[in-house]
Amino acid sequence: MRIWAVALRILRQLGHDWRTMALMVLSPIFVMTLMSLIFNSEEYNPRIGIVNAPASFVERLEEKDAVLFRYDAYGAEMALAKDLVDGVVDFSNGLPTLEMEGSDPGKSMAVQRLVEAVLREPPRSIARPPLLEVTYLHGYKDMAAFDSFGPILIGFYVFFFVFLIAGVSFIGERNNGTLERILATPLRRWEVVAGYILGFGFFAVLQSGLIAWYSIRVLGIFMVGSFPLVLAVTSLTAMVGLAIGTFISAFADNELQMIQFVPVVIVPQLFFSGLFDLGTMPKPLQMAGRGMPLWYVADALRNIMIRGTGFEEILLHMGVLAATCLLFATANVLALKKYRRL
Amino acid sequence: MEEATKRNTHCVIVEHVDRSYGRKQVLFDISLRLGHAQILGLLGPSGSGKTTLIRLVAGIDRPDRGVVHLLGERLPRLSMMGRIGYMAQADALYGDLTARENMGFFASMYPLGRSRKKERIQVVLDLLGLTPDADRLVREYSGGMKRRLSLGIALLHQPPVLILDEPTIGLDPLLRQTIWEELYRQKDAGVTIIISTHAMDEAEKCDTLGMLREGRLIGSGSPGEVKAAADAQTIEEAFIRLGGGGL
Repeated sequence: MRIWAVALRILRQLGHDWRTMALMVLSPIFVMTLMSLIFNSEEYNPRIGIVNAPASFVERLEEKDAVLFRYDAYGAEMALAKDLVDGVVDFSNGLPTLEMEGSDPGKSMAVQRLVEAVLREPPRSIARPPLLEVTYLHGYKDMAAFDSFGPILIGFYVFFFVFLIAGVSFIGERNNGTLERILATPLRRWEVVAGYILGFGFFAVLQSGLIAWYSIRVLGIFMVGSFPLVLAVTSLTAMVGLAIGTFISAFADNELQMIQFVPVVIVPQLFFSGLFDLGTMPKPLQMAGRGMPLWYVADALRNIMIRGTGFEEILLHMGVLAATCLLFATANVLALKKYRRL
Repeated sequence: MEEATKRNTHCVIVEHVDRSYGRKQVLFDISLRLGHAQILGLLGPSGSGKTTLIRLVAGIDRPDRGVVHLLGERLPRLSMMGRIGYMAQADALYGDLTARENMGFFASMYPLGRSRKKERIQVVLDLLGLTPDADRLVREYSGGMKRRLSLGIALLHQPPVLILDEPTIGLDPLLRQTIWEELYRQKDAGVTIIISTHAMDEAEKCDTLGMLREGRLIGSGSPGEVKAAADAQTIEEAFIRLGGGGL
C-alpha cells in the first residue's frame, strides 16, 4: 500500500537522522526539567528595610518570614538605591510610610501585602479570630505554578516540535524535487498527506508519550486523571501540529521562512492557551483563544491532569482538534495541486 | 476512425499546445509526433520551454490549450502515471536514505509485488553499476552516481515510455556514453524515449528532434531532415538558422 510506503520512508529517514530524533525527544525534556526547577521554587520572601519601627511590628513581620534589615533614614535610601531591599517601612513621622524599590511589580506587591496585613492585625491582647479552614476541590494548598501550567507546556511542546519538523521536512521535499518526483508516479495527492500524517504521527505519538511520562513520573507534575487520556490528547495534538505545519510550509520557500512563521502561528496560541490569566482582558479578546487549537489542547490536558476529568467532558475538545486536523489535511491535499493537477 | 489509427501508430501526439504560468506564456502552439520505440530529443537552450513540455508529456501538468496523447490516452490521467518512467532535472532523491531504500520507496508506488520489487531493484542496481554502493546513504553519493540512481529509479517498473529531463547534464563523457548505451538498450527492447538536452552533439543520437526556442517549435523531424531543411552541415548550424539567425 502506497500510504504505508510513504509512512515507512519517513520513519526510515528519521531513523538515519539521529540528531533530529534526539532533538525532538531531549529538548522538550530539557526545557520541562528547567521549567519545573524554576517554577517549583518556594514562595518569595520579601526583603524589607525598617526605620524606627516599633518592636511589635518588627516581630510580626519576622513571623511572616520577611527578611528584615534595620537602617537609619540615610542608610535606607542607599539600600533602596542599591536594590538591597524591595521596600522600606519608615515610622520616623509616627505614622508608617512605605517606599518601594519598584522595578519588579511582583516584589512590590508582595511587600505591600505583607506590610498591610501586619498593620491591620489587631493588637495581641484581644482574642484572635478563629483560623480559617481552607479545603481544595482541585489541586492542593500552595500548589506550585508548574503544576498549574505544566499540562499546557506538555501540549505546547508536542505541537511546536511536530509543527516544525513536519513543516521543514515537507519544504525539503518540495525543494529537492522529490515531491514533484513522487507525484510523477500513480501516487494520489491524498495518499501523500495521509502517509505523512501516519509516518510523523507514529513518531509524534511516541515523542508525546515520552514527554508526558517524563513530566508526570519523573518531574512529579500534579496529575489525578487518566494517563491514557493524556496520551490520547497529546497524540491528537501531534496530528494537528503535523497538519498545520505541512500546510504552513506551502507558504514558505525555505526552512528559515518556516521558522519565521513561529511567531505568527505558535506564539499567539501560547498566549491564549491559558498560560497567562486573561480574566482582565476584554471579553472578545478572551474568546479569541476558542479559535486556536492549542487552547483546546491546554484546556483538555488541564482538566484531565488537575481536575481528573473523564473522557465525556473533553469530547468537545477532542472533536474540535480532530476537525482541525482534518481541515488542514484537506487543505494540504488541495495545495498539492500546484505540483500535479490530478 | 482515422483519429484512432493515428493514435495507435504514434506513441506520443502533441497538438497545438499552449501553456502559460501567470502572465508569462511558456509554450506557443506546439505540435509533435513520435512513433513507438523511438527516441525524441527536445533540443533548446535553458528557458526555452523544454521542461514545461516534458512535464506536459509526463502528465504532471495540463496544457491551457491543445491536447497531449500518450499511448492512445489523453493526458493527464492518473492511470497513465504507472506506464511512464520519469526522471526529473533535479536528482529527486532522499539524501538521508540509502540507494536501496530510495529504490524500494519509489518501487512501492507501483503495483510490483514484494519479490518482483526486490528482483527489479537488484537488476537495475547491477545494470548501472551501483551494487557496491547500494547500502550507502545517497547524500554521500557523487553527482554522477546520483544521476545514475535517478535513471535507475525511472527504469524500476519497466515502463513502456521513458521521459528524461536532461539526463546527462553535467556528466563526464564516459558516464554520458554509459547512459546513452542504456537508452539504446531500452529502445531496442521497445521502449519509447523522450529526452531533453541542450547538448547539440546528443541531438544526432535521437530519431526525431524537436527544436525549441523561446517557447516555439522552430524545427522538427529526424536530424537529417532538420539539417536539410535549414541547408546546414550540423545540428548547431541548423538550430541557429531555424531560430532566425543571430542569437
